[in-house]
Amino acid sequence: MPSSAEPIPAARVQFLLDGAVVALDAVAPDRTVLQVLREDLGRVGTKEGCAEGDCGACTVVMVEATAQGELLQKSVNACIQFAATLDGKALVTVESLTACARSDSPGLALTDRKSALHPVQQAMVDCHGSQCGFCTPGFVMSLFALYRNCAAPSHAQINDALAGNLCRCTGYRPIIDAARAMYALGQDGPPATSHWLLPSAASAPSLRDAASQPVAEQLAALQRTEAVVFEGGGRRFFRPRTLDELAQLRFNHPDARLLAGGTDVGLWVTKQHRDLGDLIYLGAVEGLDEIVLSANGLRIGAAATLEAARPALNDVHPELGELYRRFASLPVRNAGTLVGNLANGSPIGDSMPALIALGAELTLRQGVSTRVVALESFYLGYMKNAMQRGEFIQSVWIPRPASGVRFSAYKISKRFDQDISAVSAGFAISLHEGIVSEARLAFGGMDAIARRAPAAEQALLGAPFDTRAIEAAVNALALDFKPIDDMRASARYRMAVAQNLLRKCLIETAQEVHLRLSEMDARLAQ
Amino acid sequence: MNNADCTSPVDCNVVGESITHDSAHLHVTGEARYTDDIPELRGTVHAALGLSSQAHARIVTRDLAAVRAAPGVVAVFTAADVPGVNDCAPVIHDDPILAEGSVQYVGQPIFMVVATTVDQARRAVRLAKTEYQPLPALLDYDAAIAAESFILPGVTLARGACADALADAPLRLSGRIGIGGQEQFYLEGQIAYAVPREDGTMLVYSSTQHPTEGQTKIAAALGVSANAVVVECRRMGGGFGGKESQATLPACAAAVAALHLARPVKLRYDRDDDFLITGKRHDFRADYSVGYDAEGHLLGVDLTLASRCGFSVDLSRAVNDRAVLHADNAYFLPAVRVSSLRLKTHMQSATAFRGFGGPQGMLAIEAVIDDVARALALDPLEVRRRNFYGTGERAVTHYGQTVEDFILPDLVDELADFSDYASRRLQIREWNRSSAWTKRGIALTPLKFGIAFTASFMNQGSALINVYTDGSVSVNHGGTEMGQGLYTKVAQVVAEVFKIDVSHIRVAATNTGKVPNTSPTAASSGTDINAHAAQIAALTLRERLAGVAAQSFGVDSAAVQLVAGELRAAGRSMSFAEAARLAHMNRVPLSATGFYRTPKIGYDPETLIGRPFHYFSYGAAVSEVAVDVLTGESRLLRVDALHDVGHSINPAIDRGQVEGGFVQGLGWLTTEELVWDRSGRLRTHAPSTYKIPVASDVPEHFDVRLYERGRNIEDTVHRSKAVGEPPLMLPISAFLAIKDAISAVADYRLAVSLDAPATAERILAAIDVQRAGTV
Ligand SMILES: Cc1cc2nc3c(=O)[nH]c(=O)nc-3n(C[C@H](O)[C@H](O)[C@H](O)COP(=O)(O)OP(=O)(O)OC[C@H]3O[C@@H](n4cnc5c(N)ncnc54)[C@H](O)[C@@H]3O)c2cc1C
Ligand code: FES
Ligand code: FES
Repeated sequence: MPSSAEPIPAARVQFLLDGAVVALDAVAPDRTVLQVLREDLGRVGTKEGCAEGDCGACTVVMVEATAQGELLQKSVNACIQFAATLDGKALVTVESLTACARSDSPGLALTDRKSALHPVQQAMVDCHGSQCGFCTPGFVMSLFALYRNCAAPSHAQINDALAGNLCRCTGYRPIIDAARAMYALGQDGPPATSHWLLPSAASAPSLRDAASQPVAEQLAALQRTEAVVFEGGGRRFFRPRTLDELAQLRFNHPDARLLAGGTDVGLWVTKQHRDLGDLIYLGAVEGLDEIVLSANGLRIGAAATLEAARPALNDVHPELGELYRRFASLPVRNAGTLVGNLANGSPIGDSMPALIALGAELTLRQGVSTRVVALESFYLGYMKNAMQRGEFIQSVWIPRPASGVRFSAYKISKRFDQDISAVSAGFAISLHEGIVSEARLAFGGMDAIARRAPAAEQALLGAPFDTRAIEAAVNALALDFKPIDDMRASARYRMAVAQNLLRKCLIETAQEVHLRLSEMDARLAQ
Repeated sequence: MNNADCTSPVDCNVVGESITHDSAHLHVTGEARYTDDIPELRGTVHAALGLSSQAHARIVTRDLAAVRAAPGVVAVFTAADVPGVNDCAPVIHDDPILAEGSVQYVGQPIFMVVATTVDQARRAVRLAKTEYQPLPALLDYDAAIAAESFILPGVTLARGACADALADAPLRLSGRIGIGGQEQFYLEGQIAYAVPREDGTMLVYSSTQHPTEGQTKIAAALGVSANAVVVECRRMGGGFGGKESQATLPACAAAVAALHLARPVKLRYDRDDDFLITGKRHDFRADYSVGYDAEGHLLGVDLTLASRCGFSVDLSRAVNDRAVLHADNAYFLPAVRVSSLRLKTHMQSATAFRGFGGPQGMLAIEAVIDDVARALALDPLEVRRRNFYGTGERAVTHYGQTVEDFILPDLVDELADFSDYASRRLQIREWNRSSAWTKRGIALTPLKFGIAFTASFMNQGSALINVYTDGSVSVNHGGTEMGQGLYTKVAQVVAEVFKIDVSHIRVAATNTGKVPNTSPTAASSGTDINAHAAQIAALTLRERLAGVAAQSFGVDSAAVQLVAGELRAAGRSMSFAEAARLAHMNRVPLSATGFYRTPKIGYDPETLIGRPFHYFSYGAAVSEVAVDVLTGESRLLRVDALHDVGHSINPAIDRGQVEGGFVQGLGWLTTEELVWDRSGRLRTHAPSTYKIPVASDVPEHFDVRLYERGRNIEDTVHRSKAVGEPPLMLPISAFLAIKDAISAVADYRLAVSLDAPATAERILAAIDVQRAGTV
């Protein structure tokens, strides 16, 4: 690829807030949405509880228009989201909800702060959903996203929507109640003056379409067709629009950091105070968010978020569906990408074991050329991979398990939801007339990288899939790995549970049951 | 009794109503102002603390040149810059604001940077170069005990001939349970914003449960008198005990910097610093020997409670005392010896956390009962009932206080009934027989919790009420609002006295200039002392207003009735506002203070004998769990709880306390694990590594009820009972249900040893012991 300097005009970050365009001048690429809200815009309703995406006190909703003109409204963590990623989007904060509800009766609203709450807020008040109130704006925003996206959520769906929000006071019950009560409190649509807030998912489609029209138009006006760069604090934030632009930028600036969802990168700034240098943002590259499901498998582009990919992953295998349901939390999945997870390659990342077991492949691109690398050979050592200078991951290919392949995925963590694994595992075992013809057993949390367990696999090969074979594999696993002690688990537990997961896999296969505690409620109800 | 003191719903207007939290509408809109949300004054700068990286060491050299030179840095301060006393300890002077000479834990603040932005301050802090000479660090129980490293002398409380009772008992067992600590994890981290004012005075906005202690310590640190310092706190984003003594350090530090710079200084810990600097719930190690009979009666209990107190005294004395005083829980222990060891370790100084030692003492005795029941193959609930406090000498605790209203038999019956405990227990056992890889367990545990500060002098509350001539009322009291609904309850109590709508009442930010010399809002006493004081102040004002109205109506003031916002007598009436205006015209003061001191309490703080508590709160819960035999994961399936709050002032708020307390205690006993490495570094210092419960950890069936027959036999405000701390202990039922499930692995034949928190790792290890025992 020619190393010509790319013609990129400098620009200001522009986004919609409460129906008006906000332009950020010379914002540093690593400045977070939360800092901009609290420190620059004086909107202090959004709180910081952890600055690492784990507590949800900073939850806001980001609205973006799809190519089809549909409006996506996603909860995200403002604390780790960089402000420059807001460009071309609309931002909804806790203040927006009230501004909307109060715009009907502006005079009254100045003094009577209890009137004119948004249905989500009213439900939280009515259900006694706040005690100290510090987590509340975050919960309100997660509930607001739910209100907008889901018409009649089940208990499990409510839990999923709230998995990224910690409350230390209430014990959650009243907040769950509010999630149920909020729909009944809704007016049918927002007042005409505050179209930036759209009606609930439960309202009629015609109403939703009509209401989203003006927002869509405003957003359309903010869209850029060309690559731009935002500069601030001596750093650049490149925002390419096409795959070729991205490839060229990456080639020309091999030291610039790629930024996808920022759910790993963000923490390097907020927790480690690292200087990131220049950033190249993947989120605006047309087509890079592709999710293509076919008879053979699934292709997921580098900019596709984990949440967007989840239905397709579930389609490939329900075990993947469950794995990604438990992956981080909704706001993190709304921002984070699957490819980012693979690129980061943390030894305790959740995607690698399952996808290695399935035989996933990466398409890497450098300049104009692409190459395909098996995921299992991508990782070379702790946080080291086979990517070359100027190269990036364009997409991942996940083949569907063939018939006769028994696939399962496991995640062991201290807390069931929204936790990093102590051990995670993906097993793909091919059975031919009861005999194991291929075994792909991959583990995370057991070594400096996620990888397969050759000795254990060998122990299964050519044998009937039974207790004897599994016990041989269990013993062999002790040769495959020397896990470490850390705050998530001891080496001993890691090994013991990894071995037991092999046993569990056999039991689940032989007895055709699914031994998962998360399914207990349903099992007992039967 | 006066007619403001309604003790049943029929007598009350607003007391007993589930009105919403006074800030609910501000919480949901984001308008509720926390300390970091206060609009910053011109010139405000931001501080960050430099922390020790060593558990115990002498500071040899410290090079702060790079820190000073970092972008945006305004100043750097060390201990030498503290003009007054370099101490922020609550009890004795052993907690430096900034360490001098040596450090005693990883995370101890040693210097402070002030910079133009928060980010600059935090980045600059990292540039310090400190050279340490390591000293021996005591980190674990055995090392500290072997070194006789005690932060405070041990205490032994005994009744009866414990050794003889043990020797003579037909059956005996002994065991040990490790009980983990717990990080408070208030969602709003520690923060203080110090604003210098004229003539060397200082206003400090502090997220604190103890404004008075803040004021006192800031004054001492600045070398000024207390009247030069005002501490104000409108609300905290959670406290849970973690802002009782621990809020003082940032308040003092910010004030010192503000004094030097003559600029407003804000100091907000980020989450990691908060974990590293501040104290947590004490972890405990309980060793027990128990003698019992074939029916499960406890005949002799010998209990040693050791706790790691960290590097300084802080509140460890009272915490450990409370552990000793709760080692009976609901049970009459005829012969008992409780020894308490208070270990000095080179760690964060363990501090207050909801329950304050009570939970640890209670878990120890519940583990004893659980072991006894298992050894006898009896239903643990039956064993609990057999050991319940009774009447006569069986109503006397090991510290000599008589339990006068022991309602647990009735309460537990009601709970067992509506939760269907007995039949579910059998069903679960049946189910377990056919389920090899998943086991279920169930447990019902009761609790009895003593209410009052064990430091008796703290049991006092004050309030100041101002009525304005438009009839609006401003209430100030010594308590702080951390989400528990104290302001709301106080407003209800005052509204009840005046018979006006609560909307006319505004509870103002807690401010040491308005209500001085307050006790911390702690020990569940917030409403007991502050609402009572407010009630007394309101009664004074009511008397005055009634007098004014009586004069105007030409009747005796006793004839004046307050009803629905009016003062009425002899067929005439005037509104509350009219009465206020008239009072002002007649030069009758519309401002009054109220003071309350808790009666009846008194005990010997050395021996712990006497009456430390005003009364007891009770509750009980049934939890059902499932465990995965292969992974050790557990899941809470169902909870039923019944809790006694006396006559509830606000049932919605009280229920919120019970539910919230349950889930917080659940975290303590299951997923919240604090891990220090061998060098004394806390490795779990943020929510990514320290896991408090999320929504999905709470079962859909979470049936929490208030005990309707509850009524305080003591003359508390409206006969209510404190509710802040006790519910934290309800999930001991969940912990023991996990043990029950583990026990099913070997068909209930073997003892189960399990430390808290019951992480998957610990559960799997316990299961493996059971499985090894089976084959
Ligand atoms: C609260 C929280 C919970 C989490 N929970 C989990 C969990 O349960 N399981 C889990 O596995 N992870 C978890 N994570 C980690 C993180 O969310 C995932 O790793 C996520 O998939 C990262 O994707 P991203 O788009 O945000 O990556 P980014 O942060 O944008 O990037 C991560 C890294 O990948 C590089 N990169 C990104 N895209 C490409 C590309 N196309 N080509 C080459 N390099 C690229 C970046 O330069 C960077 O080095 C959690 C994170 C948070 C904050
Ligand atoms: S501040 Fe905790 S998730 Fe953002
Ligand atoms: S209300 Fe306090 S953290 Fe949720």
